[in-house]
Amino acid sequence: MITVRNKLSDQLASCFGARGTIVPSGNNQVTLRVPVDDWLDVAQTLRDDEQFAFNQLIDLCGMDYLGYGQCEWETEDATQGGFSRGVEDLGPGRFDWESRPGSDDPKSVDIEERFGVVVHLLSTNHNRRLRLTTFAADEGLPVLPSLVEVWNSANWYEREAFDMFGIVFEGHPDLRRILTDYGFNGHPLRKDFPLVGNVTVRYDEDKGRVVYVPVEIEPRVLVPRVIRKDSRYQADDIDQAADDAADSLAPEVPQND
Amino acid sequence: MTEIRNYTLNFGPQHPAAHGVLRLVLELDGETVVRADPHIGLLHRGTEKLAESKPFNQSISYVDRMDYVSMMCSEHAYVRAIEQLLGIEPPVRAQYIRTMFDEITRIGNHMLWIGSSGLDLGAMTMFIYAFREREMTMDMYEAVSGARMHANYYRPGGVYRDLPDTVPLYKETPWTKGKNLKRKNAWREGTLLDFIEAFAKDFPSKVDEYETLLTDNRIWKQRTVGIGVVSPERAFQLGFTGAMLRGSGIEWDLRKKQPYAMYHEMDFDVPVGVNGDCYDRYLVRVEEMRQSARIILQCVDWLRANPGHVMLKNFKVIPPTREEMKDDMEALIHHFKLFTEGYSVPEGETYAAVEAPKGEFGCYLVSDGANKPFRIHLRAPGFAHLAAMEEVVQGHMLADVVAAMGTLDIVFGEVDR
Repeated sequence: MITVRNKLSDQLASCFGARGTIVPSGNNQVTLRVPVDDWLDVAQTLRDDEQFAFNQLIDLCGMDYLGYGQCEWETEDATQGGFSRGVEDLGPGRFDWESRPGSDDPKSVDIEERFGVVVHLLSTNHNRRLRLTTFAADEGLPVLPSLVEVWNSANWYEREAFDMFGIVFEGHPDLRRILTDYGFNGHPLRKDFPLVGNVTVRYDEDKGRVVYVPVEIEPRVLVPRVIRKDSRYQADDIDQAADDAADSLAPEVPQND
Repeated sequence: MTEIRNYTLNFGPQHPAAHGVLRLVLELDGETVVRADPHIGLLHRGTEKLAESKPFNQSISYVDRMDYVSMMCSEHAYVRAIEQLLGIEPPVRAQYIRTMFDEITRIGNHMLWIGSSGLDLGAMTMFIYAFREREMTMDMYEAVSGARMHANYYRPGGVYRDLPDTVPLYKETPWTKGKNLKRKNAWREGTLLDFIEAFAKDFPSKVDEYETLLTDNRIWKQRTVGIGVVSPERAFQLGFTGAMLRGSGIEWDLRKKQPYAMYHEMDFDVPVGVNGDCYDRYLVRVEEMRQSARIILQCVDWLRANPGHVMLKNFKVIPPTREEMKDDMEALIHHFKLFTEGYSVPEGETYAAVEAPKGEFGCYLVSDGANKPFRIHLRAPGFAHLAAMEEVVQGHMLADVVAAMGTLDIVFGEVDR
């Protein structure tokens, strides 16, 4: 399996060169990151070139990287008073776009690349998979070229990504909402969309119809989001760093498939 | 001259043949379907959003509710994704149990499929026959997890507990007593493995019964042969997987091609269709049930001979047992941490797929190192299949829509997520 991955990585590198970045990811999976301008070109080549022959688009999903790596509960030092259980700060999913945390905080994560899509391709001829990603240029109105012409199965997946993240797919034949209600406002899987939603539905006796009213319950956190640098994986990182150092010192060994 | 317009028909969302809550807007020219526009999302529960707000383990039971007729297969994909990111591998016995229960699930799923699509096309008896056996797969679920449907049985690092030594028995009621009661309990006297073995040995004869009813049935063939033909090229383009792809003549099964759990040890065949119509897909699914029974028997043999652990001993991910907790402080601390905060999964992304009864069920998981997933996306086979609905039914008659919808084997839990 290792050789399969290396072979695919090499093929991708030699075919696309600077147009695609191969992102390291574990478990024998290959990720190719492509700039948005080359998105359609690369997709077309991946489908038609015999050495790739990715004949199936298995999955396409939107991504919102707002708040990536943010922690709600820092526990670096012990305190005399103990830790509070609740999370009072606003975290992803508990603020609206205007009051997003870190909008004027220099430490906040770089959300230049906020919206993107992730595509999982499968080649039944070569029996291998590829993850293809790209980021939309503008976070206010993310626009990406549509893949429907390359793989027809992208149709509903792109509608879903539009519905959930508000990513607009240029050239999509029928870009409508798909999973949310008729007349729904907002894009629920965006990180700045509250988990409890914005509106709730109830029957109004006086008006004699169903009305939308602002949601009453307050969003709260039962389990805070905690990032722990687990010592087990740190040990792996140290080993990996040592290996890398050893590799860089070792003489170049020619690779063969 | 009067203007002739196409007739627009609203099929569902409360229609028995819609298999759930599908609103299908059909444009008809006489009785011929010109356009079909499925409106989905009536069962959208925002699982992917919910999963982002809770620790990894608490979402396993949400994933059960994706494809709610093949629960454990959905769990399997999610649990495998977590395991891949954690870099852990469950014990071999757990892998065999997972393989066995995936196949039990497959039988249960195909049983519901054959029963309900039989019912759609007028074969009422099929439903009653199929549910007789399906009930037993539910009983196996119940014996092993306590729940008939949403088992929550697979966990990262293995399965929740070992196979039990007893199976719940039928109790005497005014309707079930004497000889009848004895017959119902005959297979359930021993351990769960005995029950599963008895079921799997007998099951092919039950499949013969279904085939007697349907395979050469004139009405069944008239309703399915040549209906909803999908060519292999189109099947690839439309993202078909599972029986839908195999029905079109492509030999592609993740259990063979990209084996997971213990499928590389199993001896089974992959049935492939020829014409890509509803009838071929029916034949593929029927043969899959026989093959599942074969796999189950192989697992039963191995599991009988090899007792052992079904969970990893890794307190950073897997909670310690109650007994350990009572006399070991370390274990108590780990238990407390795991049930309040959960475990943190190292930063990374992965895609894990299993061959669910309906096709490829995948889980794309992104972790930023926290105790909750940053993003999970569930790739449901039914979503891609239903997206092809328009192409499958175009040019067919209204009544064939029901046949085509039955053959897609859609469940709205996974389509709407």
